[in-house]
Amino acid sequence: MFRSFRFLQQQPLWLTSLFSFGFLLLVWQMVVTWGKYDRFILPGPLDVWRQFQLVVADGRLLTHSLYTISEIIPGLLIGFLIATPLGYLLAKSPLAERFISPYLIASQAIPVIAVAPLLTIWIRSTYWARVLVAVLVVFFPILVNIVAGLRSVPQEYYELFHSLRASQWQIFRKLEVPAALPVLLAGLKVGATLSVIGALVGEFVQPKSQGLGFLLITARYQFKTDLVFVVLLTLAAIALSMYGFIALLEKRLLRWRDQR
Amino acid sequence: MVTKKVVMDKTHFLIVRDVDYAFSDGKQILSHVTFSLPQGAFVALVGQSGVGKSTLLRIVSGLLRPFRGEVLLNGRSPHEADPSIGLVFQHDNLLPWRTAYGNVRLPLELRGENGLQAHERVQAMLKLVGLEGYADSYPAQLSGGMAQRVALARALVHQPSLLLLDEPFGALDALTRERMGRELLRIWQAHPVTVLMVTHSITEAVLLADEVLVMNGRPATITHRIPVPLTRPREENVEQTAVFQECVTAVRSAIQIS
Repeated sequence: MFRSFRFLQQQPLWLTSLFSFGFLLLVWQMVVTWGKYDRFILPGPLDVWRQFQLVVADGRLLTHSLYTISEIIPGLLIGFLIATPLGYLLAKSPLAERFISPYLIASQAIPVIAVAPLLTIWIRSTYWARVLVAVLVVFFPILVNIVAGLRSVPQEYYELFHSLRASQWQIFRKLEVPAALPVLLAGLKVGATLSVIGALVGEFVQPKSQGLGFLLITARYQFKTDLVFVVLLTLAAIALSMYGFIALLEKRLLRWRDQR
Repeated sequence: MVTKKVVMDKTHFLIVRDVDYAFSDGKQILSHVTFSLPQGAFVALVGQSGVGKSTLLRIVSGLLRPFRGEVLLNGRSPHEADPSIGLVFQHDNLLPWRTAYGNVRLPLELRGENGLQAHERVQAMLKLVGLEGYADSYPAQLSGGMAQRVALARALVHQPSLLLLDEPFGALDALTRERMGRELLRIWQAHPVTVLMVTHSITEAVLLADEVLVMNGRPATITHRIPVPLTRPREENVEQTAVFQECVTAVRSAIQIS
């Protein structure tokens, strides 16, 4: 029976994605219709679509989205900028690893949502407290990937560069950066989706007047379940775009991997 | 090539004198290794696996420092700046993110040599190894033999005075390996350089080298130096000659089976 699906396999990705999304909407609508759920329990796709048009028209969705995005992107960038040099240090210095990594691993045992309230006590700015939560979430996976990427550089490449009397800077730029790039970009992809979660956790802890997290909480208190769905789908769209952007970057930077 | 403070000694171009080496766990693997190579020679280094051939090669290249003794290349220590060495490993060791052209160009880039002259030099090297049509190919697109030829071009592009080969054809299949031996001879004749090659294959050593050094013992030292009195360029059917067979037998009996 799987033979009939081969036709679908041959279609471009965007077409199959569209098809699966349409299928999902259909199933969703059927569950709502046959289950006879109240709108505030499970709204149907059409309810959500109507609500979506409403919040787009009054500009609320855009305002809150932009605010959340303005937390996500600095969160990801700052997390990346801290994780990169620290990852380099950990990969290069066994002593640094001995001193620092126990704390890093222990810190991962504590859920960010438990630490977030502390941050809001210490940091007066709502905005920066939320950014910092995003930083904390993305930091670790990026760090782990950088360390793994640098450790995976074969010893023989180093010997080649040493035999050519390359400087430390040349080794960094012409060997370590390109060699670690694939793993680093993989970490950044994970970080990109996590940064959305991080910003949202920050907004949940500090639900003050702005951001998609604020909109979500407000909608829930008002039993506007369709608006909750709009926010969730928007968050998913933001995360997918971030992921897609880095995947695109990856395709450009790692063109050599697509050969053969 | 600019050579400052020229201490030219053609018969002792590379001198290895009384070299000892031990691993970090204290196990000594080289003891009193002494030999010298004349300029332009092609010398093979054979011995059982694990005897320390690769370690010796890394000491000569300056990647490792001997515990005792000294290495002099053209009168200078290889630890001094710019020893002008080309190195080829068992695996091609090409950087996968660079094309064949980019890989061959790397040594020039690291020396800050850019511009048209560098470009022409890279093109000439690719032509010499017969890969001028593959400049834009990535290593993943090349066969094992082709990749190793790119590695050879990379090792020669900066015109080193010493070429060190660490079992350069060890990872290739038997047929390609035979072809690459002949290829190496052709390139070496077009591009004269002093060569020290580690190999597992006795016939390969006799076919290519002027002299075969045999390493034995634990810790190891050079126990035999066997000259190969075959004319250059090597004849097509040189493997069938009596002289060739005598050399092979001499090398084989020199390697002590422990």
